[in-house]
Amino acid sequence: MNSVKESSPPKRGLSLPVFHPDFMAEAHVASADAVLHAALDNSVTKKDYGRRSSLAELPDADGLRQLAGDIKRHTLDHLDYYLELLERNVIKHGGAVYFAATREEANSLIVDIAHRTGSKLVVKSKSMVSEETELNDALIAAGIEPLETDLGEFILQVDNDHPTHIVMPVIHKNAAEIGRIFARYFKTPFTDNPQELAEMARVYLRNRFNQADMGISGVNFAVAETGSLVLCTNEGNGRMCTTRPRIHVALMGMEKVIPALDDLPVFLKLLARSASGQALTQYTNIITGCRRPGEHDGPEELHLVIMDNGRSKILAGEYRDTLRCIRCGACLNACPIYRKVGGRTYGSVYPGPIGALLTPLFNGLENHKHLPHASSLCGACFEACPVKINIPEFLIKLKRDQVQQGITTRSERTVFKLWAWGLRHVWSYRLGQVVQRVLLRSMGSKDGWIKKLPGPAAGWTAQRDFPIPAKHDFRYVYKQYRAGEKHGK
Amino acid sequence: MKVSLFVTCLTDLFAPDVGMAVVKTLEHFGCSVDFPTGQTCCGQPAFNNGYPAEARALAVKMIDVFHDADYIITPSGSCCAMIRDHYIELFHDDPDQRKLAEDFVARCYEYVEFLTKILKVDLSTLSLPENETFTYHFTCHLRGLGATGEPAIRLLKQLGGAQFTALEKAEQCCGFGGTFAIKYSDISGAMVRDKVQCGSKTGAQTMIVNDGGCAMNIGGACHRMGASFRVQHIAQIIAAAVEHTARAS
Repeated sequence: MNSVKESSPPKRGLSLPVFHPDFMAEAHVASADAVLHAALDNSVTKKDYGRRSSLAELPDADGLRQLAGDIKRHTLDHLDYYLELLERNVIKHGGAVYFAATREEANSLIVDIAHRTGSKLVVKSKSMVSEETELNDALIAAGIEPLETDLGEFILQVDNDHPTHIVMPVIHKNAAEIGRIFARYFKTPFTDNPQELAEMARVYLRNRFNQADMGISGVNFAVAETGSLVLCTNEGNGRMCTTRPRIHVALMGMEKVIPALDDLPVFLKLLARSASGQALTQYTNIITGCRRPGEHDGPEELHLVIMDNGRSKILAGEYRDTLRCIRCGACLNACPIYRKVGGRTYGSVYPGPIGALLTPLFNGLENHKHLPHASSLCGACFEACPVKINIPEFLIKLKRDQVQQGITTRSERTVFKLWAWGLRHVWSYRLGQVVQRVLLRSMGSKDGWIKKLPGPAAGWTAQRDFPIPAKHDFRYVYKQYRAGEKHGK
Repeated sequence: MKVSLFVTCLTDLFAPDVGMAVVKTLEHFGCSVDFPTGQTCCGQPAFNNGYPAEARALAVKMIDVFHDADYIITPSGSCCAMIRDHYIELFHDDPDQRKLAEDFVARCYEYVEFLTKILKVDLSTLSLPENETFTYHFTCHLRGLGATGEPAIRLLKQLGGAQFTALEKAEQCCGFGGTFAIKYSDISGAMVRDKVQCGSKTGAQTMIVNDGGCAMNIGGACHRMGASFRVQHIAQIIAAAVEHTARAS
């Protein structure tokens, strides 16, 4: 049963890029891909267990998650105030601050900075928000060379591919595939030894860091009180990108601000644990301003681009809490559906449960009809979320919005309304049960199972057998039991 | 103690023996059980698919049917979570009905939760008719009750003749999710096959679940795949032990 209308091709001018329009076709292929499932179990499922055990080491992990969620809620409730405070304090330390309403605007601001500073080569540390703006494409179009320096992102750039996980971008490729990509790119003999592959990238990237004019980073947390930009990475490339080149440009979504430095440990304790089960990321950079007189290193200029790109629209409505997200990827790792379809199936930059929520919110429900439905609402994402975003509840709200906006089919609406009406009366409920019993029992094999259901229910038996109803329903059996009891007495 | 059974529509139609197991075990533990015949469905399918008004009408009916029950016990984790997580919010704009909902929610318990939190039962005097090895699948919606799988496993381990082996990825959803299993059957099928493979790996004879939906889904996949374990609700196992122990004494 396809209860939402067929997808149409992606439209231009959406807040998030759309990589493919057909969720169902991608899901069909991915859910039959045993190699993908094994790879995901080996990575995300393990990270999920790592998250749990590292959080269990804290005295009160749940209390910390509550606190983190509360800080985020407070900040979002007063976002205008904290963004102005951040702006003032970044400027005070010698930085420049820009506000971009859309992703196109963010890209053109960054291209302008590159032109103005004569930057030809740009090194980038991993940044999901730059995936959101498709910044690399904009830079290339302006004659500027972007170079991804996170190993995973570098592999994807070389292979002209997209990340399929927020934290582990190249999770869908195995070592052999990466070996083939590198052999082609570096024109060297094939190897699938991870150490050798990492070393090839490292040697190449080290050299290019020295040639770069500009470094672009994302921002994990922007501290309003001090104007500090916090960057959490594991490879050290983020530190290279933000210190070696003359110019540092940081791009952030406007929800990344936190009030004060005192709040930072709450998030640092949760971010790495939630993402990968580490107590802290290998590198935690707190960048306050650019190179001061008399200092020997650091960039000469710091530019901070704060982007809206649809966030204020979400902020204004009942989905505000979704902007708490710190992009840790814990909900992806915990999600039984992500583990079976991988990131590509979700069709945009943010995959997994948080993507199923954010993508329709950013791009409109009519453009991503399946995402709110493709969930068993098991709640693993909510349980994993370090800032307590109740993702299943929001997905249900999106479905309600779809019904109200007439995006679901008329036949589905009729079925649900009729069904709910029937359940309001015992006589119609029982009539329904009798009809189901007779029909289903007539379809069953001798072994008590149905191999093929008709119509919309065929999806069930495409995958597994369906039980036939019991000969007598509970009501009948219970009545007999009570009657026997009386008789016995 | 007077308790009322909310059997749920799935159990009524497909698994009356689970309902009877709940009745008989609760009676064994000293409760007097009644079954209000006006009950139908908690409204979960409507609510989860974006039809809160329809769910609300069914919630009104549920609250009315069970208005004089001391405790409402259900064998289904997900129906209980629907009630506890959403019934109060459904009446956010109707203070009187909301008050009734709050009162109703406070009296609702999932079966294992009721055994362990309220009755505080100890099953160590009961033994199974034959030695049996168990594994346990965590019904996702127990999360909505703030529950873990630990109480059910503890109960199982107390039974004489019960051996327990842990299930790999026990907390990973089996892929039921109501209409999800039909609409997104490719994904759901991959999920339930994973569950059955993990179950087979344990070598257990029986997989315990706390929900009619999981039981249908995993049971159906076991049958299709020819898996060697059976799927049972924990009440069925406890009922078998109660009956055997009574007969033996």
